[in-house]
Amino acid sequence: MINRELVVVGGGPAGMAAAISAYENGVRDILLLERDQYLGGILNQCIHTGFGLDYFDEVLTGPEYADRFIKKIRNIPEIEVSLRSFVVDLTEDKVLTYLKPGSVETIKAGALIMATGCRERTREMIHIPGTRPAGVFSAGLAQKFINIEGLLPGKKIVIVGSGDIGLIMARRFLLEGAEVEGIVEIKSESRGLIRNMVQCVEDFNIPVYFNHKISGIYGKDRVEKVDIVRVDKEFNKVAGTETRLDCDTVLISVGLIPENELIEMAGVEIDKKTNSPVSKEVNRTSIPGIFVCGNSFKVYDLVDTVSNESIKAGCMIAEYLGYKITCNEE
Amino acid sequence: MKKKLTCIECPAGCTLTAYIEDDKVVKLEGGKCPKGESYAISEVENPRRIFTSTVRAKGLSVKMIPVRTVAPIPKALIFQMMREIKKIVVTGPVEVGTVIIKDLLDTGTDLVSTRAVQ
Ligand SMILES: Cc1cc2nc3c(=O)[nH]c(=O)nc-3n(C[C@H](O)[C@H](O)[C@H](O)COP(=O)(O)OP(=O)(O)OC[C@H]3O[C@@H](n4cnc5c(N)ncnc54)[C@H](O)[C@@H]3O)c2cc1C
Ligand code: SF4
Repeated sequence: MINRELVVVGGGPAGMAAAISAYENGVRDILLLERDQYLGGILNQCIHTGFGLDYFDEVLTGPEYADRFIKKIRNIPEIEVSLRSFVVDLTEDKVLTYLKPGSVETIKAGALIMATGCRERTREMIHIPGTRPAGVFSAGLAQKFINIEGLLPGKKIVIVGSGDIGLIMARRFLLEGAEVEGIVEIKSESRGLIRNMVQCVEDFNIPVYFNHKISGIYGKDRVEKVDIVRVDKEFNKVAGTETRLDCDTVLISVGLIPENELIEMAGVEIDKKTNSPVSKEVNRTSIPGIFVCGNSFKVYDLVDTVSNESIKAGCMIAEYLGYKITCNEE
Repeated sequence: MKKKLTCIECPAGCTLTAYIEDDKVVKLEGGKCPKGESYAISEVENPRRIFTSTVRAKGLSVKMIPVRTVAPIPKALIFQMMREIKKIVVTGPVEVGTVIIKDLLDTGTDLVSTRAVQ
């Protein structure tokens, strides 16, 4: 079995910042595994601005933010980047198995940083009654369809939940020529940033149904309509307040949860409610030498914070590997 | 006239109160920093946004290339911009910042790529 000093899983902003920081603190044998065919993670599909104000003091789009780290990584030969490398197994002894096109590799890591990001909550998790026609997507998947694949997954859209990704996708669909029938939010205010309410929703007069929930999705093969209903303070339906919205697509934007199946497999203690590792200190887990950073540690609002906390993770891991670190608390 | 605005220059999202006379901001309350003032003036006199979207790529490693305007452009032009960029197909490699359309719709600002694509 091949031994590597440090293995980083995930080439999003968290994995890249952690790898660079570990290098800057002395680690010289670093393998970064990314299942996709490029670095950058979710930032590649976040083409809107609003990144980097804190970290770079500039208004950047997601891909521009990622590019700065990608360029830096490419200039450090000691960080070996392996793309199309999908980690499928992890043990307590830090033995990783990953799939590459045409091969299965097994390596043992001296230390490990998991930066696998988060995934979206789905329809199953929020429980919407009705039939199960095609045309129900998570907002992030729709974002990928449009911004990466160049496909428009619907023409008449209803968005469930007012998280940032949903708000941003409302504007994106509209720009691409679709109609947005409304955003349905069970609470009395938006879950997203105010700036996204202004520039994605109010700018285009998209109706927002606050204190409403979806009470049914209907359609034979494809979504045809949804029923929405007003709710009281306990989120119970108020009888007689149903409204029907015609649509061919429902986007779900009800939040994110950390992706942590691999470390769970290895025996790391996971908080069942938040799906974060149980830990007193940021980036640490119950197994020494297995660190977690970025959105897989916890869901951060801003990528700038992800970068800062992941730089810290790089320091922590260098210290664990016995290097004299230069980045103790400022 | 008094108008409430939400500053979108940073995630703080301050509520600004602009006092307006003859379509000009004469007094401003509520911004936590100077950017709030320039935002309010622009928002009242000529609302602008940075425009972001994607253009098609052919023969390159990705299907779509994300783009932005370098500077904010008048909000009213957004849909016209969408029609304009639909006409474009990029066939050669681009870097972050490579100009895709120069002086987009005579706004004085360029449309540039936001991703390096080979
Ligand atoms: C759909 C979506 C939209 C978002 N939009 C915004 C936004 O507009 N603004 C904002 O500030 N934040 C946004 N976020 C939050 C954003 O995820 C974070 O700011 C930041 O990108 C998190 O960085 P990360 O590196 O932790 O995760 P990610 O960027 O998700 O990177 C994780 C990486 O790990 C890889 N990976 C996962 N599992 C494996 C495995 N088993 N083997 C190998 N590689 C693996 C993935 O392919 C990915 O490249 C969004 C999140 C999502 C899910
Ligand atoms: S006024 Fe300043 S602090 Fe307030 S939202 Fe605008 S830029 Fe941010």
